[in-house]
Order: sequence, then C-alpha cells, then structure tokens
Amino acid sequence: MTVPALEPPLPRLTPETEFFWTSGADGRLRIQRCAETGRWFHPPRPDCPPYGTCTPVPTPVSGLGTVYSHTINRQPFLPAITPPYVIAIVELDEQEGLQLMTRIVGCDPESVHIGQRVQVTFEQHGEIHLPFFEPLTTTDEKAPA
Amino acid sequence: MSRDHFEHDAAITGIGRSDTGRRLGRSGLDLTVQAARAAVADAGLTMADIDGVVAWPGEYPAAPGFNGPSPWRVKGALDLDLKWHLACQEGPAQLTPIMAAAMAVSAGVARHILVYRTTEESTAQGAGGRVLTNGADQGGVTGSLQWQRPFGAVSAANWLAMNYQRYVHETGARRDQVGWLSVSQRRYAADNPDAVFTEPITIDDYLAARMISEPFCLLDCDVPTDGSIAAVVSAAETAGDAPKVVRIEAIGSAMRNDPGWDQWRHPHDMAAADAARHLWSRTDLRPADVDTAQLYDGFTFLTIMWLESLGFCGYGEAPAFVEGGDNISLTGTLPLNTSGGQLSAGRLHGWGHFYEACLQLRGEAGARQVQGAEVALAAAGGGPHGGALLLTR
Repeated sequence: MTVPALEPPLPRLTPETEFFWTSGADGRLRIQRCAETGRWFHPPRPDCPPYGTCTPVPTPVSGLGTVYSHTINRQPFLPAITPPYVIAIVELDEQEGLQLMTRIVGCDPESVHIGQRVQVTFEQHGEIHLPFFEPLTTTDEKAPA
Repeated sequence: MSRDHFEHDAAITGIGRSDTGRRLGRSGLDLTVQAARAAVADAGLTMADIDGVVAWPGEYPAAPGFNGPSPWRVKGALDLDLKWHLACQEGPAQLTPIMAAAMAVSAGVARHILVYRTTEESTAQGAGGRVLTNGADQGGVTGSLQWQRPFGAVSAANWLAMNYQRYVHETGARRDQVGWLSVSQRRYAADNPDAVFTEPITIDDYLAARMISEPFCLLDCDVPTDGSIAAVVSAAETAGDAPKVVRIEAIGSAMRNDPGWDQWRHPHDMAAADAARHLWSRTDLRPADVDTAQLYDGFTFLTIMWLESLGFCGYGEAPAFVEGGDNISLTGTLPLNTSGGQLSAGRLHGWGHFYEACLQLRGEAGARQVQGAEVALAAAGGGPHGGALLLTR
C-alpha cells in the first residue's frame, strides 16, 4: 500500500508491544499465544492466566477474520486520514473473542458489514506495520457470532 | 457510621456552577473558581471550612481543553488549607470525585471536600479548528489508546459507534427511535437557562443531520462546552447546618468486564453495566422507585445502554421506550435528562447530570421540575469507565 504524506497517530514501540507493531515486515500478523494451552491473547500481556506460570509467545496467525462490528467515520478528525474510512473490530479465525480494532480498506466503505470475511494487509510507516484488513472474496460468509 | 455503606456517611451540602457555554474564552481556572465559590456559599460554608479537594481527571495528556485545572492550582487560587486532595483519570468515570470524597469523609480524612469538573473544550477546539489533536500522540501513542488511534479511531464517537452498530444488528433498533432522545432533551433544554442549544428540533431534523461516525449523526453527539460544576461533599454529621442537603443512597463503581474499547463481546459490555449491578446491590430501592434519571449522553446510545443496564428497560427495549418521547417526559414514567443533557445543555462530562439530579431533589429545577422528586439517579461514563449515584433528598 502507498504511504500517506502525513502520518497518522503511530504507536510508540515498547518491549511489550514491539513484536505486534513490527510483525508485518514479513507479511505475517503475530499474536501472543500460550505454548502450553494454545490460547491466544490480545492485547499483549506479561504472562498467562490464571497462574502466570508461562509467558505467551508471539506467534503468526492466519490473518483471516470476520467483521464483528464497524463504523464509517465521516468526520475529518485527522489530517493524515481523509474520510470516509471504515474502522472495525475484527475477530480473528484462530479463537472466539480474539479481536482487535483496525481499519477495513480496499473496498467501498458502504459495502462493509457485520459477518464479512476479511484478511490482513499492512500499511508501513518506517518499522511500524499497521495491520489493516481488506475483504476476502474467495470464501463464503461466516455467520456472525 | 455504617461500615458497609460508606456513602451514607457523606452528604452533598452545596452545589454551584459557573457560566457555561460555547467559546467563553475564559480559563478553566477562572470558571472553576466561580463554580467553587458558588458551591461553598450554597453549603453555608466559607473557604476556611474546605479541607479537601478532588477533581477528575487531573493533568494528564489529553485533547486541548479537556482536563480543567488540577487541585494544586485550585488550592492556590482559593487559598485553601487542605488535609487531602486527589485527581485521577481512572476510577468510576467522571463521577469519581464524588465517590472518592464520600470515602474520605467516611474515613475521617477530611470534613468538607470541594469536588469539581471543569472543561474549556469549546474555546480550545475553536482555536484549533475542527481537526482533533491529542497530546498523547507526541512521541508515539502508548497504553490503551495505541489500539485505537493508529487506525483513525480517535474519538469516542468512533469507539462507541461500533457498540451501537452491533446493538442495531442484534436488536433491530432503529435510528428514528433512538433519535427521540435528542428531540426530547432539546424540549427540556428550552426550559433550562443554562443550556447551550434551546431551539426545538424534530425527528426529521435528527434524521437529516450529517453523519459523524455511523450510526451516530451530529445530533447523537454532545456538544463541547466551556464550564465548571462544583459541589461540597461533607461528613453527614456536619450536614445538619447546611440549608439544602442531598443524600447519597448508593454508589455503583464496579469493574468486571474487559476494560477496553475493542475487547467487548456484547454492546453493553462496559464498566457501566458493572456499576449498575453494584449500585442496586447497595440499596433496597429499585428502578421503579426512581423519580428522575440523569443518564450520560455523550452519545445517544450511551443513554440507551444505561437505561437497559440499570434495569429501566430490558435488553433491546430502550429504543421503543424513548420513541415518541412520552415515557421520558415530565409526566412520563421516567423523566429523563431533564436539563437537556449533554446533547443540548452542553458537555460537562456527567457533572451537568449530577447537578440536575441535585436540583431536582432540592425542588429547584424550575419549569422542568419533576413534582415531588425524592429519588434521582445520576450516571456517567461509557466504555471502560462508568459510575452511578443514587441520590435522595
């Protein structure tokens, strides 16, 4: 994707979050996963509940998900992002409730809907790769949770 | 002293407000001093009696005009001698100062605590134009905001619009039902001399308003305002001398749901839902006993959410309840947001609601007075923070 002339608000890389924000460098989204139970966690956390006996490991995900909810923003809040644009909560395929806020790109904003299948794509800003999602056209719709 | 209900050890002995309006061009400290002097005089006290100050949210990085002055600056401006002060962004949302002050007087740390909320957002945003900036962006976004702002989700309108969209998807609620909150509150505002917007609107005006973040249109969103509301929270045993006392029957302040704007699984998964459950666990009163409710309306959907979370309506029922405006009018079953709320009276971050609840219980609400009001509910917040107060006269 092309990089806008003005930068949107960008995250500060910290020891806790750097893996997430730089993950897209190889085209893969990574999410923390417990090596013992296989449970996924987002946002990043220091250890695995309930006992904290192990540390979740950044692990590549499929990058596939479903729109859980969304909004078309029409207000010019930021100089770097021209409305209208779609903000969404996407639930990743790996686990029920594994979800994150993102943008839906590469389609008519009006066409985005709850239950829509999407796949990850990245917008690069230096070492930061913002995980956006675009419509996945090759599979059937998944019923919303 | 009732150990399990500390709020019964406290009373609201005075209330005051500054001038409120659009682009007043006055400093937050100036507005705070005006409101504080009014509240302390209203309590029949002098500044020498005030031994505590609590504010929300304190001076942390936020959009221009949001914070108001810190207790440090208010102490200096009013020449106060304090035993205790506090300001914090977290806590049970915008009503945190009242709850914290009640705890402090119950614990005996202080006797008469000045609490306030001040905003100068209208003036600050007027100077900055429409584009929103945030001090939290400088040097990179951290904390919970990093999961929203990089995606252009910079406003609570964006975050909560997704709860609303999911709610519409699950319940079939319609915008022409929810919009009656805006219409009804504008009617109330016409009788509120402190309201920002008083011109009547119709449901057609609402449906024709421009979109901000779908499904929120302009008339679903509250209006940035300059102003300050202050109150005095006193130890209950000192309240006998105050001319007009409002009692705190119960406080709701729990937090169990996931504290994020993007981790909810149900449109009502907000701290408000936890606070509502907590509130009713601390009183024998029930929703049917409430004479008037002042429920946060930073966005219309938050009022819908509070109506349902507090048990005034079942899940998915609030849009039909507010449709047409009769149920929430002065003669309806639940006079709601009788000041005009933040949608019409201006965004004072829940403190306009608190102030109105006190006015109603004191019988001072003028043309919008709920006759014989004895129990009022004030609630504030949305998303990961929320708090509620059940007040009696």
